[in-house]
Amino acid sequence: MTTAVLVLEDGRTFTGRRYGAEGSTLGEIVFNTGMTGYQETLTDPSYHRQIVVMTAPHVGNTGVNDDDQESTRIWVAGYVVRDPARRASNWRSVRTLDDDLEAQEIVGISDIDTRALTRHLRERGVMRAGIFSGGALESADGERRPEHELLAEVRSAPAMAGADLAGEVSTDVAYVVEALGPDGSPLETPVATVAAVDLGIKAMTPQRLAERGVRVHVLPSSATFADVEATSPDGVFFSNGPGDPGAATHEVELLREVLDRRIPFFGICYGNQILGRALGYGTYKLGYGHRGVNQPVMDRSTGKVEITAHNHGFAVDAPLDGESVAPHDGGRYGRVVVSHVDLNDDVVEGLQALDLPAFSVQYHPEAAAGPHDAAYLFDRFVELMTTQKGAA
Amino acid sequence: MPRRTDISSVLVIGSGPIVIGQACEFDYSGTQACRVLKEEGLRVILVNSNPATIMTDPEFADATYVEPITTEILTTIIAKERPDAILPTLGGQTALNAAIALDEAGVLEKYDVELIGANIASIQKGEDREQFKQVVEVCGAESARSAIVHTIDDALAAVDDLRYPVVVRPSFTMGGLGSGIAYDEGDLRRIVGQGLHYSPTTEVLLEESILGWKEYELELMRDKHDNVVVVCSIENVDPVGVHTGDSVTVAPALTLTDREYQRLRDIGIAVIREVGVDTGGCNIQFAIEPSTGRVVVIEMNPRVSRSSALASKATGFPIAKIAAKLAIGYTLDEIPNDITGGSTPASFEPTLDYVVVKVPRFAFEKFPAADDTLTTTMKSVGEAMALGRNFTEALGKAMRSLDKKGSTFHWTGDALTGDALSALTATISRPTEHRLVDVQQVLRAGVSLETVYELTGIDPWFIDQLQLINEVAAETAAAPALTRSVLLHAKRHGLSDVQIATLRRTSEDAVRGARHAVGLRPVFKTVDTCAAEFAASTPYHYSSYDEETEVAPRTRPAILILGSGPNRIGQGIEFDYSCVHAALALKDEFETVMVNCNPETVSTDYDTSDRLYFEPLTFEDVLEVYHAELAAGPVEGLIVTLGGQTPLSLAQRLADAGLPILGTSPAAIDAAEDRGEFGKVLEAAGLPAPAFGTATTMAGARDTARRIGFPVLVRPSYVLGGRGMEIVYDEHQLDEYVQRALENAADGGRAGTLPPLLIDRFLDDAIEIDVDALFDGTELFLGGVMEHIEEAGIHSGDSACTLPPVTLSVSELERIRLSTEAIARGVGVHGLLNIQFALVSDVLYVLEANPRASRTVPFVSKATGVSLAKAAALVMAGHSIADLRARGVLPLDDARVLDLDSPVAVKEAVLPFKRFRTREGVVVDTVLGPEMRSTGEVMGFDVDFPTAFAKSQEAAFGGLPSGGRAFISVADRDKRSIVFPVKRLAELGFEILATEGTAAVLHRSGIRSRVVRKYSSGRGGDGEPTIVDLITAGEVDIVVNTPSGQGARADGYEIRAATTAADKAMVTTVQQLGAAVQAIEAAQSGPFAVTSLQEHDAAALIRREARAAARVSA
Repeated sequence: MTTAVLVLEDGRTFTGRRYGAEGSTLGEIVFNTGMTGYQETLTDPSYHRQIVVMTAPHVGNTGVNDDDQESTRIWVAGYVVRDPARRASNWRSVRTLDDDLEAQEIVGISDIDTRALTRHLRERGVMRAGIFSGGALESADGERRPEHELLAEVRSAPAMAGADLAGEVSTDVAYVVEALGPDGSPLETPVATVAAVDLGIKAMTPQRLAERGVRVHVLPSSATFADVEATSPDGVFFSNGPGDPGAATHEVELLREVLDRRIPFFGICYGNQILGRALGYGTYKLGYGHRGVNQPVMDRSTGKVEITAHNHGFAVDAPLDGESVAPHDGGRYGRVVVSHVDLNDDVVEGLQALDLPAFSVQYHPEAAAGPHDAAYLFDRFVELMTTQKGAA
Repeated sequence: MPRRTDISSVLVIGSGPIVIGQACEFDYSGTQACRVLKEEGLRVILVNSNPATIMTDPEFADATYVEPITTEILTTIIAKERPDAILPTLGGQTALNAAIALDEAGVLEKYDVELIGANIASIQKGEDREQFKQVVEVCGAESARSAIVHTIDDALAAVDDLRYPVVVRPSFTMGGLGSGIAYDEGDLRRIVGQGLHYSPTTEVLLEESILGWKEYELELMRDKHDNVVVVCSIENVDPVGVHTGDSVTVAPALTLTDREYQRLRDIGIAVIREVGVDTGGCNIQFAIEPSTGRVVVIEMNPRVSRSSALASKATGFPIAKIAAKLAIGYTLDEIPNDITGGSTPASFEPTLDYVVVKVPRFAFEKFPAADDTLTTTMKSVGEAMALGRNFTEALGKAMRSLDKKGSTFHWTGDALTGDALSALTATISRPTEHRLVDVQQVLRAGVSLETVYELTGIDPWFIDQLQLINEVAAETAAAPALTRSVLLHAKRHGLSDVQIATLRRTSEDAVRGARHAVGLRPVFKTVDTCAAEFAASTPYHYSSYDEETEVAPRTRPAILILGSGPNRIGQGIEFDYSCVHAALALKDEFETVMVNCNPETVSTDYDTSDRLYFEPLTFEDVLEVYHAELAAGPVEGLIVTLGGQTPLSLAQRLADAGLPILGTSPAAIDAAEDRGEFGKVLEAAGLPAPAFGTATTMAGARDTARRIGFPVLVRPSYVLGGRGMEIVYDEHQLDEYVQRALENAADGGRAGTLPPLLIDRFLDDAIEIDVDALFDGTELFLGGVMEHIEEAGIHSGDSACTLPPVTLSVSELERIRLSTEAIARGVGVHGLLNIQFALVSDVLYVLEANPRASRTVPFVSKATGVSLAKAAALVMAGHSIADLRARGVLPLDDARVLDLDSPVAVKEAVLPFKRFRTREGVVVDTVLGPEMRSTGEVMGFDVDFPTAFAKSQEAAFGGLPSGGRAFISVADRDKRSIVFPVKRLAELGFEILATEGTAAVLHRSGIRSRVVRKYSSGRGGDGEPTIVDLITAGEVDIVVNTPSGQGARADGYEIRAATTAADKAMVTTVQQLGAAVQAIEAAQSGPFAVTSLQEHDAAALIRREARAAARVSA
């Protein structure tokens, strides 16, 4: 049993056991309240540069399989759990989570009071942190490194605010996810074609579109409008992703070109924040964010509540009630409503442009992990594209 | 959208007596519902025949009817009260079935009453197997392949396709009654035969076996806007084949990936929509094939269930309360989440940062002949729940919460080897109450996880956790010293101080000392529904060995109330009732802190006390709660006398550890329990007791019994519910009893020494009297005097009784009062006292005295309109009876004042014999004795004894027949006393059947009867049936059979078993016969009238005032 230490930016420390790889890691520490879906969480690019605390105590029980990956690798900067599984048990499991964490050199810590840590983050807000174990915890003479030294290292890490990270997680080359028919076989003639800009896209997102007969061109975050146009899209999609939307200048400009041409647009998470900025609204950092699979969101167009998967530390600052005119450029994008609201804390969870074919949500209708209540949004996007096509 | 304005009154139907499969979880849900509806300004009308419930306290409804839940009586109540709506989804299957019956009888239509929270079509869709199968198909999911049958021949044909084993499930029964697994044709004939009988629609479902699959449940809620949330997922540790009520279960589900869990969630939501549960909760059960992940939907309950109560306590999400709000028109997003102080809405899904484990508690020791294999018929009588920050911690806490010998993991002696190991390993494929401990033992002995998995089907993840516990235990045993890290490791995985002490061959006190010396104590976390995402304001705590505690400081002094733990026979809802009353009574003056581990109860509702600790009731755990509360602020003391034997048995040790015990001192409690000490009290007061003695050896027992004279009553000291109590008629029987006790002592590691046996002279033909009283050190308040209908020798918990006592004179009452006061004073009671007297030949013997709340406290409170438990709590907190009278908590008159116009309340016990079968599949014997076996009780309340008794029978088991055939067969000593009642029975129109001997007696008294063949004589030459054949064929409506001591037992047993199986009325004592005949006559003379408790109480108040006025003018 190797000791590991978690050091928070504000000086609080937790001592536990090494979990995953030995060494050190730095990042923004956030908590996720989902009771299922650790595999999807770990491979979600939006967690890039973040140390993730799982509030559910048992992690790893169902091992790891090859179907539930949301990307090709684990993205979290560090992993904090209370009771890692000693044994994986599931008919789909092909290896243990420990194997994956060690193979991908993810430094983690276990056996600490994750609830105390979560309460601390709730009260103080998310912050920078570091996990240290093995050699990283020792100085050259083999002694335990003093706490102030570890703390200094943590405080030297870059902050999340202002970070432009999409380029670090996006695909380097464009690729296509083919449309699927009702029986799951490839569809000859897609219902629509979408250019999806990968800002940290999860595998389930193009999958959900493909299931609806949509052909998806996944493009790198550096894609230009010409790249988008080259796919002859019926619609454009901006994905989720890590980082501060305030730093996403390129993406905002790209989206404005899309909006100017009235190409149907749908955005998820980071994509929602980019739409917000493109329309001229601000974005801000939440105290401790929304990360979990139990968030109640009201769809204001139907008055119905959906239970949704969230992973966001930033949010759009738009007027909650009634229509507002998008502030960008003297209102050239027309009127906008906040279409979805989180019932826990009234955070903006969706935007709907009234004079443009564009909408977005802050949460994750593709789920993975999480409930499927919001899957209808993909249908709305398909409908938006097909009605626009019909009108054109 | 606010609540509906077109409803101003609601009838809530309760679940009736506590039976296996339907326990106090429905008091919890019903109480929540009543509270909500009243808060919303609705007039609440409540029906429930169970007096031991909180919901039937008059303040929870506007009109409370403690009446039988029958169509006739419900119709009378509806006609009288004219409610706008009926809420039938919070009273279990009983309430749902009652609503269906009302609908079928056209009552709902006639009186224009709307069902809310459910509609008949959705109930049918959810409960009717064939309809439900279609629902599942429409939802794109699978059901097990199955066939519906209405006859045994259909069943035999169906099984050709389905193959053995097949699962048999009767339609519309609760708790899986009558269901089972048939491995061959013999099983099939038997189980289907019973199932057809139990099903009100004579319908049974046969289905492909999914035995050994993983089993899951989801608790869902839906509102009228079609918002659906999943409140909780529950995973059964025991795979499919064991009823979920009998399984060890865990929340949340621990062995599903998100995709698999979301698939269940999608199916669950589709099903609740398709079934059409408009508003409220439902529960859906799933099976998953472990090797392929194939999902099969097992069943759904379109109502609040036992699992809903568990889910509510496990998550902090109050399902019943919210179901009631949804039923009157609110939507989920309009309802605030109490736990987060209303800062977030109820339209979310709770997330847990802890693990919850529920373990069932069984009572097979009460039914030695019963097959103890766990099947799809629920057999457990209660459950304990525990929370921990991981599975091992929660499991350890849950198992020690069971408060039962052998229910925890152990490492005594060497691990098994050789034949003993093979033998034990062979048993674990058969699920029993001991299986988890047996699995731990075979793992400890080195049997592989794979082998255990193959034999049990328990998911390898759980088996590995058991292995982990064994490893932790081994490390703890082997460690050179009990260092902080060794102790922390053990504690984090749920080992108790007692278990560590065994491992280290030291004492519990030494382990605790070592633990405290290194500053190692549990912290207390909060159940907050949201894994700490939001601040919680409801102090609902559980302990864990972790870093940070969340107990808030306070300034008001606290009183800790120790609850009664898991329900068991002899210690059930009645004790929870008293604990809840204490919390309510003390709230104004103190911070009330409840400690309990029973998820079914009202006491563990976070709304009941100011603080709730969901903790095991062991010395260690209570001590730590006390320590945590003492750190938070001043503690006035602990109440240990309201929760039954469990907290009482901790009293002395807690006092020795310096904890302030309120009320009767532990020394006084001991004095009442100790025969020698108590004898001195009686002697000093000049009160006679039956001759008695104690013995700790075989020789001693023989000597004592000889001195006292047979028959004697033998029992171990310190028991509740008459556990192990027997009437012994001769020395041979005595030897057998003592031998068994010696063997038990050896099992408990105390070979050779016998815990003291109490041996009492058994008083034949005595009238037994139960008294509940309150004493404050100077003054006595006689709460209630109850006269038993059965003679002494039948456990008071199984005996029917009446209040006021129908045959006692004023002078007898006065003697009872004087004796009670003398004992209260002599023992040093400060609080409640229960005494059992026996009246024989004008001598009033004291049988026993218990200085604590008794099982009858709620019954007395309902019957008299005086809350004894509330008063007791206040007395323990320092108030005098005079003070309570002045404050109006207690009336001026107590039970010594005979109020001639007072109504008569009859308490009747409800027995679970139907549930228990021998290995051969025959019902266990149903004769009553000194060992308590009833699970619950009902109250019949009316102007006179015959009507009240008739109502009690109606409520307990559907009622006595109004005509038909009566079979009479009694022991010789009873033959003289049956003449009059049987004569009356014949006059009331019954055809009398009797065996030869009894027939002769009746004939000589001029009563005509038809002679039938004894069972032991077999069928006649021309196939003439025996009495057992007639009973089985349903041709006998009431059976009177008194057991005749030692002889001819076999006949009696067969007769009683057949009667129970045929679900006919049975009388096993002469006293019962007299009461039954009066009741039949009362029932014949017209429909029952109904009176609410509020009307009874108002009338009593007028009478009291009249008496007071009379006293003044005199």
